[in-house]
Amino acid sequence: MGNRCAVIGVGQTHYTTKRRDVSIAGLVREAALRALEDAGLTFKDIDAVVIGKAPDLFEGVMMPEAYLADALGAAGKPMMRVHTAGSVGGSTALVGASLIQGGVHERVLVVAFEKQSESNATWALSTHLPFSASLVVGAGGYFAPHIREYMRRSGAPGHIGTLVAVKDRLNALKNPYAHLKIPGIDQKMVESTPMLWEPIRYLETCPSSDGACAMVLASESAATGTPAWVHGTAMRSEPIFRAGRDTVSPQAGKDCAADVYRQAGIADPRRQIDVAEVYVPFSWYEPMWLENLGFAAEGEGWKLTESGATALDGDTPWNASGGVLSSNPIGASGLIRFAEAALQVRGMAGEHQVDGARTALGHAYGGGAQFFAMWIVGREKP
Amino acid sequence: MRDVAIVAFAQTRHTDHDTGLSEHELIHPVISEVKERTGLRRFGFTCSGSCDYLAGAPFSFVSALDALAAWPPISESHVEMDGAWALYEAWVRLQHGDIDSALVYGFGKSSLGDLRTIMTLQLDPYYLAPLGLDQLSYAALQAAAVGADRQELDEIVRRSRADGRSNPYAFDLPDLSDKEDFAVQPLTKTDVPPITDGAAAIVLAAGDLATELCDRPAYIRGIAHRTEPHYLGLRDLARSASAADAARAAGVGKGPVEVAELHAQFPHEEIILRRALELGGDTVINPSGGPLAANPVMATGLIRLGEAARRIHDGTASRTVAHAASGPCLQQNLVTVLEA
Repeated sequence: MGNRCAVIGVGQTHYTTKRRDVSIAGLVREAALRALEDAGLTFKDIDAVVIGKAPDLFEGVMMPEAYLADALGAAGKPMMRVHTAGSVGGSTALVGASLIQGGVHERVLVVAFEKQSESNATWALSTHLPFSASLVVGAGGYFAPHIREYMRRSGAPGHIGTLVAVKDRLNALKNPYAHLKIPGIDQKMVESTPMLWEPIRYLETCPSSDGACAMVLASESAATGTPAWVHGTAMRSEPIFRAGRDTVSPQAGKDCAADVYRQAGIADPRRQIDVAEVYVPFSWYEPMWLENLGFAAEGEGWKLTESGATALDGDTPWNASGGVLSSNPIGASGLIRFAEAALQVRGMAGEHQVDGARTALGHAYGGGAQFFAMWIVGREKP
Repeated sequence: MRDVAIVAFAQTRHTDHDTGLSEHELIHPVISEVKERTGLRRFGFTCSGSCDYLAGAPFSFVSALDALAAWPPISESHVEMDGAWALYEAWVRLQHGDIDSALVYGFGKSSLGDLRTIMTLQLDPYYLAPLGLDQLSYAALQAAAVGADRQELDEIVRRSRADGRSNPYAFDLPDLSDKEDFAVQPLTKTDVPPITDGAAAIVLAAGDLATELCDRPAYIRGIAHRTEPHYLGLRDLARSASAADAARAAGVGKGPVEVAELHAQFPHEEIILRRALELGGDTVINPSGGPLAANPVMATGLIRLGEAARRIHDGTASRTVAHAASGPCLQQNLVTVLEA
């Protein structure tokens, strides 16, 4: 995996439904300046900028890296734009890390954002390419059948999804940047909300958020402050229309996890990973990804969730930040997972810090559960 | 840096209209061609470039994976940029040293919409896009800033079209007539690149694999890209500081340049780029015909890399330069130096 790479700065905006006070440029700049402040640097210290976001139709700005070059101090520097569907935030971090690992740059600013209030994401997700069938369902409608198949295979009881919704929302109350903060959230409240896409209820789905996240990545010689060290990076993709691919536990997810664990020397993820930030946009994806990522045996993921093992005080906390269920600026959601993993091993996660976290997983997925991006970060150098 | 070379290149026979092929049907033959030529079925890394706004739908790159037969799952990424930047990402990934091959492709069908208007959407959405400044209008602003002689511009178009006519992948566009109408003054209709559907694919190889797969690999001796301020009023439109910076970083001036394939969509852009890259009169510019003879948006820059590599593969050149651009009025520029 090349040269050593460290996360030396993290910046986030407060995630919310509508940031009417800033433009898209203002939003990304806010996150970038916070990441630079955390690293004790300025734009002058940055060699290159990598920006990621989900489809351009979400804001109606085509290839916005052109417009955002000025706000991110990129003029005179290399700037790249990544787009790998929902996994894009994770991929953006990995492309940035790759520039350090490949020895091309010393310090790279990675930024990802979505300003969902500029448009309507469900509409943008529901248009179809010429000559292909339109499902016109948005993301929830696409993933609900996969969840029902998981329930059928595993025999998971119907309330498991609500447990995840409550757990992640309770964690969000401890995260100053989280979008959804619902005091008094409990299972009854989740069950009282309307069914959107069977079995996903309103409070079991992610919100639409405006927000941006940024990180400063550095080579070993340029690392300052309290770094989180990158121990492994991996991306995997599989074709959406391949007959016989398992959409419930995709092979690309398994292969990606195996690759990143091999690089980081992880044989037993549940024991060796202290905290995981995993892309769970619908509650049921926690038990599904627990199995896909090898934290639980096939069919056993829901039991781990039910036992409370994934809670902040459990033995394998998942989404201590509140996760995608609590904040979802889509293009940034993956980068937030990667950044929160880094904050945990740097010991800088504040109220939602997992005590003594030394190794953390950042995970993102996208498309029809076919694009995966992951990294493992640690307190010690690899 | 690790030696990485372009070892195979394929492109579609570009069309000026929608032939009914979906994007993945467009890509499939060029992917198959580079697989056949190299004998590789799997690649250490795959990266592509495309733009959703050409298809008018999100995730235009997703179904491309079906054209790749990406099974078992592959290590893959995508840039919402010209495929030339996908090649850059793959080159960076190959620097890690753990993989030796990469597949890169770019594709676009600009026949599906009104490209001139669509390109307005890449401008600042608050202050510029509402003005309705379209692609030809901002290109015309730059052409006016350059203030080139009409004869010089016509000569570039005439040469590009003649070269295009002898390139089986580009269009057979007629020679210029005595007086061409203006598209947007000072741009004439023949200064405007043709609407094009097309795709291209390149295979990169590192280390011993490069010489195993290709008799004369085109080694990437330097590759660099730069952006500059978005707002046209903040730039001197008559020159390209970012192209000049990228050319210096890539080392264009370290030796003679026999052939330069430039992503110049308009003849005045060629004048700007020649100056920025400090190309002398003995450098052959766009022997393929360049974007004025075929301009499959999102693949046009990658094709420049392929065409520059092809001159090395076939032994007609030993040092070439490829250039790719993005953003309004050459805002972003990527320069690559290739050597035998």
